[in-house]
Amino acid sequence: MLAYTIRRLLMLIPVLIGMTIITFSIVHLIPGNPAQVILGESATETQVQDLEESMGLNEPYIVQFGIYVSDLLQGDLGTSLKTKASINKEILPKLAATFELTFFAMLFAIIIGVNAGIISAWRHNSWFDFFAMLFALVGVSMPVFWLALMEQWIFAQELGWLPAHGRQDSRSQIDPITHFYVLDSILHMDMKQLFISLKHLVLPSIALGTIPMAIIARMTRSSMLEVMSSDYIRTIRAKGSGQFLVIYKHALKNATIPVLTIIGLQTGVLLGGAILTETIFSWPGIGRYIYDAISYRDYPVIQSGILVVALIFVMINLIVDLLYAFIDPRIKY
Amino acid sequence: MTTEKKEQEKVDIHPNKEGYEPDEITAISPWKDAFRRLRKNRLSMTGFFIIVFFIIVGIFAPLLTSHGIDDQELVNRLQPPSSEHWFGTDDLGRDILTRIAYGARISLLVGFIAVTGALIFGTLLGIIAGYFGKWVDMVISRIFDILLAFPSILLAIAIVAILGPSLQNALVAIAIINIPIFGRLVRSKVLSLREEEFVMAAKAQGLKNGRIIFHHILPNSLAPIIVQATLGFGTAILEAAALGFLGLGAKQPTPEWGYMLSNARDFIQLAPWTLVFPGISIMLVVLGFNLIGDGLRDALDPKMKN
Repeated sequence: MLAYTIRRLLMLIPVLIGMTIITFSIVHLIPGNPAQVILGESATETQVQDLEESMGLNEPYIVQFGIYVSDLLQGDLGTSLKTKASINKEILPKLAATFELTFFAMLFAIIIGVNAGIISAWRHNSWFDFFAMLFALVGVSMPVFWLALMEQWIFAQELGWLPAHGRQDSRSQIDPITHFYVLDSILHMDMKQLFISLKHLVLPSIALGTIPMAIIARMTRSSMLEVMSSDYIRTIRAKGSGQFLVIYKHALKNATIPVLTIIGLQTGVLLGGAILTETIFSWPGIGRYIYDAISYRDYPVIQSGILVVALIFVMINLIVDLLYAFIDPRIKY
Repeated sequence: MTTEKKEQEKVDIHPNKEGYEPDEITAISPWKDAFRRLRKNRLSMTGFFIIVFFIIVGIFAPLLTSHGIDDQELVNRLQPPSSEHWFGTDDLGRDILTRIAYGARISLLVGFIAVTGALIFGTLLGIIAGYFGKWVDMVISRIFDILLAFPSILLAIAIVAILGPSLQNALVAIAIINIPIFGRLVRSKVLSLREEEFVMAAKAQGLKNGRIIFHHILPNSLAPIIVQATLGFGTAILEAAALGFLGLGAKQPTPEWGYMLSNARDFIQLAPWTLVFPGISIMLVVLGFNLIGDGLRDALDPKMKN
């Protein structure tokens, strides 16, 4: 286990170097004159020169890369071209917003997905099984952003049940402590605010959580089917244990490992999906941050935003891998 | 099919043995067998027909409608579905059905080109890594790791940010993000095949590497590649739509489905039909490929027989 952990950590080094090379390239490998591209067609000669100067674009690539990496190592993500503010400061509340959304999306995906998978396996080949799996197939085939827009149209515009934009009402702003608004409103003991925050979370969480939900449901089903046909389950059944106990106590335990892996991997995928969901629901998270940066050609923000998300993605994958080896000692690496 | 039958099949290839009566057993190649099982899979056939439908719509788009993709009738802006405009019109008074029909061409072509590109490069790199091993494998595998370290849509955004937003560059980006998926798949397959006796035998006969790869290893790794390619078609189409939606892919007046949706966003309340139909089209096409892919996986998996 220790040897595996060390090896897995060592394997991260080339990946991290490669990642910084790619995000570095986002600005520095733009064909033609990067400063001109960033500023747009109408920029004057002096503006272009100024930007080149301030971003160090005149130096050789190696020097530029050296500066980029040494800044990163000091924890400096650069300065936004649009707001002139430090990206480090801007990005933290946005990360919190994204984490909150991802958490609730995953919660939705796991609760519905795992249970649908279990019932499908339990009532194998029933109507429930058929429709659940059909629904799961449709779920993975849907563009996230389309689902999000449809939700907005039906539940926000037509029915008016839920808010379509943002994290809170503009009239009652929360005083952020952790920037996780659900947590903040609990800390403030503000029930009304808690309700508002949760209400804002519903539509984006469902939109973002649908694909992982479908994948988790399919995985749980096939994993459960495999376990349910094993000898030990037959023994427990023969002992006369009730159906519910057999499934939730005995079968689920052994069916969990592949499901856990999928859950871990999907959490990472959610971070990518967040860029689309957040854009549509005006959710002030990191995805929306990157999207806005794209429209403003705010390249330092694009670079750092992508790098930060990728870093989190890599960390999640690392944890999943280690957890996998930890939970199932039969796996030898 | 049982293992005994398989044994007999092997015998069938060399019917020189005495007392052997070839009439009793008819040999079926594994591919034909898989195809037969695929045809029995109702869901897969549904998927197949969905795809065929969209291919036909794409090819015969000019015959299906009398409108052009950029025929702007500003008087008829945002009209609801009617007998003249089955799916209604968009904000510039263009017929949505027409744009969806022509859009089928774009989506299917995008899927095809991106998957083919990823397939060729991914397979080549995977074979080289798996077959030659050592430092070559190290380098290629690390490159795959790096590419897979990004959530795929973010990597696509990064690549488009470098190359500049356009449909072609979106295509390139989608192909690149899918390379490591094929690459890893092929590599692991080659790694296991490399130890097989028939490959050893080929090596012992002094066959050249190229011949061993293309005549012995590649044909035996085809099944998972085909499944992945089919499923990859769907993801590529979704990714292209996402990039189009973010304004990083197709531009006006190209009737790309994702881009149509990003326009429709502003008219959710006024004209929901601008939103509904392009989305359903994307979903159906992707569903079609997923259904075929799932069916192929089952059909090509020997464990799933019976």
